[in-house]
Amino acid sequence: MMTKSIASFLLGTALAVTTAGAAFAQDKTVKIGALSDQSGLYADLGGPGSTLAAQMAVEDSGLAAKGWKIDIISGDHQNKPDIGTAIARQWFDVDKVDIIVDVPNSGVALAVNNIVKEKNGVYINSGAATSDLTNAQCSPNTVHWTYDTYMLAHTTGQALVKAGGDTWFFLTADYAFGAALERDTTSVITANGGKVIGGVKHPLNTPDFSSFLLQAQASKAKVIGLANAGGDTTNTIKQAAEFGIVKGGQKLAALLLFLTDVKAIGLETAQGLNFTETFYWDMNDQTRAFSKRFAEKMKSNAPPTMVQAGVYAGVRHYFKALESLGGNPHDGAKVVEKMKSMPTEDDLFGKGEIQPNGRTIHNAYLFEVKKPSESKGPWDFYKLVGTVSGDQAFTPLSESKCALLKK
Amino acid sequence: MQALYAQLLVGLINGSFYALLSLGLAVIFGMLNIINFAHGALYMMGAFVAYFLLNNDYLSIGYWPALIVAPIVVGIFGMILERTMLQWLTGLDHLYGLLLTFGIALIVQGVFQNYFGSSGMPYAIPDQLKGGMNLGFMFLPIYRGWVVIFSLVVCIATWFLIEKTRLGAYLRAATENPTLVRAFGVNVPRMITLTYGLGVGLAALAGVLSAPINQVRPLMGADLIIVVFAVVVIGGMGSIMGSIITGFALGVIEGMTKYFYPEASNTVVFVLMVLVLLVKPTGLTGRAA
Repeated sequence: MMTKSIASFLLGTALAVTTAGAAFAQDKTVKIGALSDQSGLYADLGGPGSTLAAQMAVEDSGLAAKGWKIDIISGDHQNKPDIGTAIARQWFDVDKVDIIVDVPNSGVALAVNNIVKEKNGVYINSGAATSDLTNAQCSPNTVHWTYDTYMLAHTTGQALVKAGGDTWFFLTADYAFGAALERDTTSVITANGGKVIGGVKHPLNTPDFSSFLLQAQASKAKVIGLANAGGDTTNTIKQAAEFGIVKGGQKLAALLLFLTDVKAIGLETAQGLNFTETFYWDMNDQTRAFSKRFAEKMKSNAPPTMVQAGVYAGVRHYFKALESLGGNPHDGAKVVEKMKSMPTEDDLFGKGEIQPNGRTIHNAYLFEVKKPSESKGPWDFYKLVGTVSGDQAFTPLSESKCALLKK
Repeated sequence: MQALYAQLLVGLINGSFYALLSLGLAVIFGMLNIINFAHGALYMMGAFVAYFLLNNDYLSIGYWPALIVAPIVVGIFGMILERTMLQWLTGLDHLYGLLLTFGIALIVQGVFQNYFGSSGMPYAIPDQLKGGMNLGFMFLPIYRGWVVIFSLVVCIATWFLIEKTRLGAYLRAATENPTLVRAFGVNVPRMITLTYGLGVGLAALAGVLSAPINQVRPLMGADLIIVVFAVVVIGGMGSIMGSIITGFALGVIEGMTKYFYPEASNTVVFVLMVLVLLVKPTGLTGRAA
C-alpha cells in the first residue's frame, strides 16, 4: 500500500515535470493581437500601421527560421472600452492570444489593462497616453512603451511655462486620456509658478471647436493647452488659426501631436508649433532605413508615427525575452519580468530600459514644425530643437504610486 | 453677455451646415420617400471633389469653381445611383431605401478610407475670405460669415424652387399622384432622378463649404449625418421650411450647450429629438405620414 502510493506519487511528479518541461522547451508558438482604432480618429497614428509594424517586427526577428510559429491578428476597438475588452477576452479565451499590442485611447487601454492582468497575458501598450498605466493602475503584465502624459507634461508643458506662459486654459478631451494629460500638465504648471485659469471638457471626436476656442480666447490665458489628440487636435489647431488666436498673442500648446496630425493640418497652419515625440522617422540612418521599408508597405506611403514605431520596438524586445527564455511559457507575468530584466536597444528608440512599474525609459525629443519653405519632401516636417533624457522626461520611481514597487 | 452673442453666432454657423444637409434630406424624402442614409457620404464626396480639383497634376481648380463643379459631379454620381439602384425600391417600405443607402454610405466611406486614411487632408480657405473682423463681442472669421450667408441664400432659393415655382408644383404633384402627372405628359421618372440629384448636390455643396473649416476626411459625413437626421426628425420628415428652421435653431441650441455644459454638447440634439417625438411624433412642422 505504502510503496504503491509512493510509486504513483513519483510517477505523477515525473510525468508532471516532463510534460511541463516539454511544453516549456518546445512550445515556440506565439499569437499576437494588434488592438487599435482601425477606422476612427486615431486610425492613422496607430491602426493598420501598427499591425504592419508588428508584422515587420516578426519578420525582422528572424524567429520563423528558427522554428517559431508566430501569428498576428488585429481588431478594431472603435474607441469604445466595452468593445475593446470584449475583443481582448475573446482573444485570450478563444483565440489563445499571448500578447496584445498598441491600444491607443487611454479609456480602452486602461480597460484592456485589467483583462490582460486577469488572463496573465502580455500587454505592450504603445498608443495610449495615460501615465496611470504604469502608475496607480500598473500591472505585472504591462509594458508601456512609447510615451505618456507625464512625459508630455514635463517636456512640452514645462518648456512653455518656462518660456513665460504662466496662465493656461485647457481644451480637454472628455475621457481618461484628456483628464490624465490635464492633471499631469497642471501639476507641472503650478510647480513652475504658473496658474490654470479655466478649461473646457469637450466630447471625443468633436468636429467643431469654434465655441470652445471663443471661450479660450475670452479667458485671456497666455497658453491654450490642448489636452486632446488625433483628429480633435488637428481640428482645434486649424480652427484656432481661423479665429486668429495665435495672431492675437495666445500660444497653442499641442501637448500631443503626431506626424499624421501635422500632415493633416498642413505646414502652412502648423508651422512653428512646439511639441514632443520619442520617435521621428528622420532622426538617423537606422530610423530612415526602417521608415523607408515601412512606408513602402503602407497604402498611404506614410512613414511610421511614434506609436507604430513603438509597436515595432516593443514586439522586438518581447521576442528577445522569449528567445532568452528558450520558448513561450504562456505566462505573461514571467515574460514581462524577463523583458524588464533586459536593457532595451533597437534601431528606432536607441538604448533604454523598462522600469519595474512597466514604464519604458528612452529619450524624448522636442520638435518644432518646419515652415513650408524649409520642408524638402512630403514628410519632412520636424526640426529637432532639444533632447530630454529618459530619466528627466518620465515619472521618477520615487514619485510613482505603482503597487509593484512596494515589494 | 458678450460671450453669449458670440456663442449664438457660432451656433448659427454650425446651424448652416445642419440646414443645408437636412434640407437635402427633406427634399429627397419629400419627393422620393427615401430615407437617404448615403447623405453623409455624399457630403464627404463633395469635399473630396473640391480637394481633387485643387490638388491634381493637370489643372488646379480653386474654391469658387468648386462650389459649382463639385455639386454637379456628385449630383451626377447621385443620379446614377438613383437610376441603377434606388428606382427599383419605389413603393417598397422605407426600410429598404434606408438599408440600401446605408450600405452605399459604408462602401463609399470604406473606399475613401482605404486610400486616404482617417486623418484627412488640409484645404486652405480661399484668399478672398481669409482673415476676420472684430465685431466687438467676438472675432468673426470672414469665411464663417460667408458660410452663414451663402447657405441661407441657398436654402431659401431651394424652398422657393419647390414651393413657389411651376417646376416645384409639378414635383409636388408627381409625389402625390405620379400616374396622373404622367398622364399629362410629364416624364416623372426623370423628374425624380433630377430631384435626387438636386438633394445630393446640396449635400456636396455643404461638403465644399465645410472643406476649409474641417479636415477633408472620409468620416466627416458619418460623424455629422446622425445629428442631421435628428434635425430632420425634429423638423418633421419631408418639410422643407421645417428642416431649414430646425437646422439653424439646433445649431444655436447646440452652441449654447457648448457654453453652459460642454460635456453634453453632442447629446443635446438627441435629447431634444426624444422630447419632440414624445409630444409631436410627426415633428414640429411635419405632416402625418
